Amino acid sequence: MFDPFYLFNWLATQIVTRFLGLPINSHLGASLHFFLYDVPKVLTLLLVISFLVGTVQSFLQPERVRQWLAGKRTLGGNVLAATVGIITPFCFCSAVPLFIGFLEAGIPLGITFSYLISAPMVNEVAVILLWGIFGLKVTLLYIGFGVALAIGAGYTIGQLKLEHWVEPFVWQLQRAHSGLTQDQTIAAEHLTWEQRLQQGWYQSHQIVQSVWLYAVVGIAIGAGIHGYIPTAFITQVAGADNPLAVPIAVLLGVPLYANVAGIMPITEALVNKGLPLGTVLAFTMAVTALSLPEMIILRKVLRPQLLAVFISLMTIGIISVGYLFNLLLG
Amino acid sequence: MSSIQVEVLGSGCKKCQQLETNVRAAIAALGLEAEVLHIIDPIEIANRGVMATPALTVNGSVVSKGKVPSSAEIQRLLSA
Repeated sequence: MFDPFYLFNWLATQIVTRFLGLPINSHLGASLHFFLYDVPKVLTLLLVISFLVGTVQSFLQPERVRQWLAGKRTLGGNVLAATVGIITPFCFCSAVPLFIGFLEAGIPLGITFSYLISAPMVNEVAVILLWGIFGLKVTLLYIGFGVALAIGAGYTIGQLKLEHWVEPFVWQLQRAHSGLTQDQTIAAEHLTWEQRLQQGWYQSHQIVQSVWLYAVVGIAIGAGIHGYIPTAFITQVAGADNPLAVPIAVLLGVPLYANVAGIMPITEALVNKGLPLGTVLAFTMAVTALSLPEMIILRKVLRPQLLAVFISLMTIGIISVGYLFNLLLG
Repeated sequence: MSSIQVEVLGSGCKKCQQLETNVRAAIAALGLEAEVLHIIDPIEIANRGVMATPALTVNGSVVSKGKVPSSAEIQRLLSA
C-alpha cells in the first residue's frame, strides 16, 4: 500500500543507522527511530488536516447547524446531529451557550445531546492522530462507533424524557427569547474564500501551537516504551486476557482531556507491544467525550441527575465499544 | 467622541484572551474611548444569542462570533 510517510520513515532510518551508526533494532536505535519518525509525521498531519478542517468549518457556523436540526424528528434528528458533529468545530467552553441555543430553537433534548456527544468525541486532533498512528481503517471504525454512540445515547436521553432535569432557568430563557431567535446574524456570515482560508490557517496555527509540546513529549515517552519495555510486560498487564483492562482504560481517560495529542503516541507504542486496539479506542473516546472540565461546565445547565444519566450512558457505551472492538479486531 | 461599550464573550480560553488583546489594540489604534468588558459567564453569553465563543459585541449587538478577528478587522467593526 502507498505510504504517504515513506519519506519520513526513510529519513529517520538514515539518521539512526548512517548518521548515528546505531542498529535499528537496538534499544536506543528503535527508540530514536520511533521519535524521529513520529514527530515530523504527527506535526505535519496536525498542520495540514487542521487547516483543511478549519477552512471547511467556516461553512458550519452553529447557527446553520441549528437551522438544519430545528424541526427534525427523533432518531432522524439524532442521526443528523451526530453526523454533523463529525465536522463541526467544538470547544467545551462553548458547550453551555450551544446547549441553551439549541434548546431555545426548540431542538429536542435528545438531539441536542447527540450533537453534544459527537462534536467533541470526533474532533480533528483525535482523528488526525488516530489516522496517522493506526491507519484509516481504525480511524473510520472510531468515527463510526463514535457516531453510533452519540445517536444511541442521545436517543435514549430523548426517550427517557428528562427535560425536567435541565435547570429550569434554561426553559425560562427559551420563553423570553422565542420570537427573536430567528438567526439575525446568519445573513452577515458571507465570507470570501480568502477569509475562509485565513480562518483555516488561523485554526491550524492555533491547534499546532497548543498541542505540539504535548505531542512531542508523548512521542518521547512512546519512544522510550517502544525501545525499552518488553512486550510480555504489556500483554500481561493489559492484554486481551485481562477483562478489566477496558474499564480501567476508560476511567484513566476521563481526567486527560487536553492531552489527547500527548497520549496517542504513548498508546501507539503500547499497541505495538500487544495492547489490544479496542482498549486503546475506548480510552481515546473517554479522553475526548468524558472530560472533567466539560462535565463541570455542563452542570450549570443540567441537574446532577441528568449529568449522572449522561455520564453513565457514555461510560457503559464506551466500555461496550471497547469490548466489541477487541472482539472484532482481535 | 462618544464612549462605546465593547464586550468580549468567552469562557477564559486562550482564544478569548487573544480577542481581548486584539480589541484593546484596535481601540488604541483608533484612539477611541471605550469600555471593554470580558464576559465569562456562559449563561450571560447564551443570553446574547451567541453559541460559539469567542464573540464580540459593540454597544450591545453581536458583531463577531466563533473566531478571533485581527486588530485591523476589529477596527473596521468599531468604525462601522
